[in-house]
Formats: sequence, C-alpha cells, structure tokens
Amino acid sequence: MKMNTIKETSQNNFEQCIKCTVCTVYCPVAAVNPLYPGPKQSGPDGERLRLKRPEFYDEALKYCLNCKRCEVACPSNVRIGDIIQLARLKHSKKSPGLREFTLANTDLVGSVATLAAPIVNATVALKPMKAIMDAVVKIDHRRTFPKYSQGTFEGWMRKQREAQAAFERQVAFFHGCYVNYNNPPLGKAFVKVMNALGYGVQLLDKEKCCGVALISNGFVKQARRQAKVNLGSIRTAVIERKLPVLATSSTCTFTLRDEYPHLLGLDNADVRDSVELAVRFIYRLLSSGEVQLRFRKDAPKLRVAYHTACHMEKLGWSCYSKELLAMIPSVEMVPLDSQCCGIAGTYGFKKENYATSQAIGEPLFRKIEESGCDVVSTDCETCKWQIEMSTSKRVLHPLEILADALE
Amino acid sequence: MRYDSVIIGGGLSGLVCGLRLAKAGKRCVIISAGQSALHFSSGSFDLLGALPSGESVGSPAERVAQLIEQEPSHPYAKIGAEAFVETAEAAKQTLVDAGVRVSGDAAQNHYRLTPMGTLKATWLTLDGYVRSATEEGLEWKNVVVMNAEGFLDFYTQFIVDELRKKGTTCRVCSFSLAALDAIRNNPTEMRSANIARIFDGEECIAQLSEIISREAGDSDAVLLPAFLGINRYDVLDELKRRTGRECAVIATLPPSVPGIRTQIALRRAFERAGGVYMLGDTVAGYDEKDGRIERVYTVNHGDIGFSADEFVLATGSFFSRGLEATREAVIEPLFGVDVEQAASRGEWFERDLFAKQPFESFGVATDGEFRALRGGKPLQNLYVCGAGLSGYNPLTEGCGAGVSMLSAVRVSDNILKR
Repeated sequence: MKMNTIKETSQNNFEQCIKCTVCTVYCPVAAVNPLYPGPKQSGPDGERLRLKRPEFYDEALKYCLNCKRCEVACPSNVRIGDIIQLARLKHSKKSPGLREFTLANTDLVGSVATLAAPIVNATVALKPMKAIMDAVVKIDHRRTFPKYSQGTFEGWMRKQREAQAAFERQVAFFHGCYVNYNNPPLGKAFVKVMNALGYGVQLLDKEKCCGVALISNGFVKQARRQAKVNLGSIRTAVIERKLPVLATSSTCTFTLRDEYPHLLGLDNADVRDSVELAVRFIYRLLSSGEVQLRFRKDAPKLRVAYHTACHMEKLGWSCYSKELLAMIPSVEMVPLDSQCCGIAGTYGFKKENYATSQAIGEPLFRKIEESGCDVVSTDCETCKWQIEMSTSKRVLHPLEILADALE
Repeated sequence: MRYDSVIIGGGLSGLVCGLRLAKAGKRCVIISAGQSALHFSSGSFDLLGALPSGESVGSPAERVAQLIEQEPSHPYAKIGAEAFVETAEAAKQTLVDAGVRVSGDAAQNHYRLTPMGTLKATWLTLDGYVRSATEEGLEWKNVVVMNAEGFLDFYTQFIVDELRKKGTTCRVCSFSLAALDAIRNNPTEMRSANIARIFDGEECIAQLSEIISREAGDSDAVLLPAFLGINRYDVLDELKRRTGRECAVIATLPPSVPGIRTQIALRRAFERAGGVYMLGDTVAGYDEKDGRIERVYTVNHGDIGFSADEFVLATGSFFSRGLEATREAVIEPLFGVDVEQAASRGEWFERDLFAKQPFESFGVATDGEFRALRGGKPLQNLYVCGAGLSGYNPLTEGCGAGVSMLSAVRVSDNILKR
C-alpha cells in the first residue's frame, strides 16, 4: 500500500483557510442563532486576532456545538471545530458552575444515581423538581433526563467473566457512561453479537468517562486526568493483551481517538487505530467472510431510519452501521439526510440553548415523522434522547436491532 | 469495501459521472474532501465562449471543430466535434433529470449578467437568473435593482453603471425587513445562505412581495441578489405570482445559494440511484498491480480500503488540491500521474494578472479515453474528468463547466463500454 501523509503547515492550521465561506453554510448554529458569529469568524478568522491579542476572544464562542460539521464541509482541511474549542479552553473567563459540574460529571452522578435509581428517576421527572432545576440551575424544564438503571453494566459484566473468558478470541469494551449507568441492555446486546461472532468481551482495567462533557463544560484539567487513566487502560489492553478496544458510542470513540490529541494534547498515536466502533469491527469481520451471523426467521419486519450523529459524520463511519442494518433480513432501510439533531450532549439541556437546540433539530424531526419508519437508529446516545424527546419514534442502537434479529 | 466504481471528488464532474454510472446500475461511491466549487457557482454553466485565438463564440456547436484545430490537446478534442452536441445534451439531461432546472442550448450561447454588470456568453443558466439573448443589453428597458440593507456581498452600483451603458434605465432600492435585523447585528454572518433561510419562510416571502409591489413602480423587472430559496425552489416563483412582476436574480459573492441547491439536488439524485456519498474524507493511499489501481485507502477508513473495477479522478484543480504546485513542479498528489506543464517555473505565469495565464491549462495528462498517464503510459482503470484535466483555459475560453460535465459524460460512457 502506498500512503501519503496529509500536509499541515502548523498544528493549529488556521492559515490553510482560504476564506471560501463554505463552513458558514453548514453550521447548524449560525443558521438559527444570530448571536453565534459562525465557524469562519469564530475559528480561523478569530484565531488570527486572538494570536495577536487574547482580548479579542469572544464569549459567544460558547454557542458552538462542537459538531464538527464545519470541518466535514471544509475543502481545505482546516480543523475549524478544534480551533474554536481550543480557544474556548484557553481564553474563556467564564468559570463553570454547579449546573456544568452536574451535567459534566456523568461518572460521579451516574454512580450515585444508579444506587437509588427508582427514587432519582421519579424525582427528576416530577414537575416541581423540573421547575426548581429550571429556575435555580438553569436546566430547561422541557428536558427529560435519561433514566438511570438499577445496577450498572460493569456489575453485570463481573458476573459474566468466566463465560466470556471461555471464548478463544477476545475484545475489550469501552462501554461509556450511558451503557454503564443508563442503558446496560445496549451493552448486553453488544456482548450477545460479539459472542455470536465467536468473541468474548472484557472490560478495561479501569474506565473513566471519556470526558467529552467535561471538555465542553470547561473542566479541562479533570478531562485530562480521566483521559490519562483511559489511555493507560487502553494501552494495557492493546499493547500487552493484543486486544482491540471497541465502543458502541460514536462520541466516546471520537473523543478517545481525536479529541484526546487535538484538544487535550495527549498523544495516542500508538493505540488510536486500535480503538474503534463495534459496528466497524463487525463490518470488517463479516466482509472477510470468516464468520457469519444467523438471523431468526420470525423477526418482525422493521422499517429503520438511520440518523447520522455529528461525530459519526466526522468519523465518516455511518456506512458501517447502515451496511449492518441493511444486512438484517427483517429490516427495511428508510433514507434520512445527515443533519444535526441539536442536542450536542449537554448543550441542549441548558436553558439558554433550548430554543436553538430545538430549532436546529426541527427539520430532522419533521423528516423522521414523514419517513414512515418504525424506529430510528443511531450510534449516539444523546441524539437518541433528543429524538425521543422531540418525535413520536423510539430510537435504538444498530447493535440492539442486530442483536434482536439474531437466532 | 467493494464497489464497481470509486469516484474521487464530489463536485460537478464527479457527481455527473457518478449519477450516470449509478443510474446504469453500477455500485458507486463518491469520496469528497469537503464541499465543492459548486458553492461558488455563478448560476451558469459555460460550454465555449471564445476560441484560443481570442475570437468570441456564438454557437459552440458550430465552432468546436475550429477550437480542436487550434488546440489539439483540448479535452473537447477527445470528445470529438461530431459527438460534441450529443455529449453536451447528455450532460444537460443529467442535470435536468436530477431536478436542476436549467435551460440553454449548445447550438447558441446566451448571455448571463455578471455581478459586475457585464454580459458574458454561457451555455446553461439556472432558472430565475437574469439572462439575455444578445450581448448588446437586456430585453428590459427599465429595471429596479434591489438589495437588503447590510448585505455586503452584492454591489448594486457596478450593475447599475453597466446596465445604463447598455441602455437600460436603472434604479437602486435598498430594503429592510424585521426578520433580517437579527442577522444584521452579526455582520460576518450576513451572508447569502443565512438570508436565504429567512426568505424560505412564508411570512418573509409575503413581506418581500409587498416591498416589491410598493417599490417596483413602472419598471419592467425587479432584479435581486441570488439569496432566495436554499431549501425550496419556488421562492422566486412565489414572488412573481404575488406581485405580478417579472423578478430575476443576479449572482452574489460566495456562497452561491443556487449553487448549493444544485449540489444538494445532484447529491440526492446520486444517492437515490443507489450511490454512496462520503463527505469530508480524503484519499491517502492506494494499491496498484500491473498498471491497475486495485484499491484506495482514505483517512477516515484507514485499513478498510475501497476496491473497485474502475477509479475516477475528479479532484479538480489547484483550488481543491487536485493539483499542487511545489517549488519545482506542478504535481498530481494522489497517484503521482503525469501533469502537462511548462518546463520551468518562470513560464508558469504572465506578469499581467489579467493576461492568459499558462498555469490555468496545466493538468493531468490523459490518453484518448481520458485515462491518466504515468511515465507516458495509461493506467488501465484510472480515468480523469473535470477541472484537473490539461489542455484548456477555463477563463479565457469560457469552457470550465462544459469540460467538467462533458468529460464526466465521456468517462462514464467509457466505463460502461468496458
């Protein structure tokens, strides 16, 4: 194989911008929120000024969703989204408050909440509680928090250790906070599919939240600390145990692979290629012809609209999920254009972003309702919450649909 | 990943080629490193505006033989004078079938109104744009040129000055709408695409109609910047219907709203035909065996390559990095195929910026079937179409879009014939 390397004149490649304005067309925020200066001004144009004088930093950069759709659209390979996020981390004078702490510390909040899941779930769903959260911490009252599960995925996995170790071939699983605290059934679906392919699943030695919410809420030091723990565990798995590290969340995967080096300055080049989405690993395995999946004959017909999450679009990997779904005999795919749903993790939960968030997602919600699908499928948990909050459809991960169709 | 054809580059040429292949039943993928030059579209597609000698062209169909005589290495020479009209018609039909509303004919150029107010020969123009059958002037004798207050990507005075010279009475009208106030506060985002989103709303169309009715007076037509209709096609029709006036648009500075609409329509048609469009990915490597490309690898997909029977290089010219100028030479960075160019750097350009620039005609060398040459020999299954081709000057000859589309048609035909 002959490979070229991508040439970049500097790490912060704002000088590659030729001012073509294409990014401004595809920014979901600039399209609906006039307070946001747009990716070109916030990114490469503003960077030139900020390098000269940091006072040119504009707090309106907080409106950036970090969806990276500007980077996907850029014909000149400028890392516009990274430039904006780095500027926020470097220059923002606004210190994160209680709300940011609660939203960003998915690990801490999750481990406490799962201990008393029924109480927590019932309490945060109460109208008076929502009103208090809205008024005091500015979390929008129209939002519904994802339910916490009783018991974590890690707890369930510990009971599976022996059964999983029996498989000759093994993978490590970065489950992420959502699978661990909110949706262990997705983790179980992943394990079921991997077992059907002849692979046992192990946990990493120690897993922390990938840190995406910490980064976007300004807790950069804590994000770096957690990233170092994760990279340590990933290195043990990849280098010592020769295991690929798989994940089900597109955002966790994107953060581990690209945000660690680009935003946190942590070199992961030795393990980056070994961290990937499960759908990609499974696609590669199935196309090699080494293994086959057997589908049950009685699975009900399902019309599935696949929604490409922003970080999935940036990874470029939605084809793997779509191919896997299309492979299931009982599934009929319904096309859906790739566009932002507006939630962007914790962004849409904040009171001041609610209107922007829903305005961004509105065309997608309309398309989903019109599509005639039975369910929506996506690789991102926060897109799932947003689509379930804003449409009449249920949202499932591709692996949940796949696991359910297996014999 | 296994495809019949892999097309590298998702602009006008790559899309036309991909659409024709996908419709013929080929399993195709387009890999595009970012959005394309259609985002800077003038609203027109040129076929042939002038010969290399400088003589202007009224009928591309009649004059193409002369062009080929003067410039035997021109991409049109590989299409041939006899097949020229038929190929142009097929290219036009590809756009029309995808829902891109254009009109024009290879037998006779018409003229588009440039943002500088001049009239330029062209082949196809998107519906709604100001156009004229002759170079002498517009058919309208009295027009109003309207612009939204604070929109800086449109210079009414240039247009007014030039139109007056050509005998059209011309008046400028600047208008404001409450809905535009919000984006006007943020001058960097007061751009055509954002304005177009506002005018997609029924209420704003109604308000703009009222303004037009009030301001149009005794004019024959109302001319507006092309900032109408990004997610819908009928905004201009609505304005005409509500006001009972002739309304038409003139190109703005980028981004080009009608160009974006064209890109979206072509991509959707390609995907409807079963094609896979991968945006924001860059081809970074390939496997080659016995003069054939077997597989390409991209930044996003790493070890999972794209294998195919045929590969199409539609990566464009310097702007989109399909060609790169190094200190020593102009290169094609992906496959390192031959690039036709002047022997030394000193001959790349003329000192006079507006002179015919030699570098404009640099490009990938191909054989008669548009297959890329390396060391003078064709690679068996690597075809080239679009702006990256050598032997023509899109600016002085007014043939850029024509070369992109006609070479795409021919490449798809050659692939289908194999």
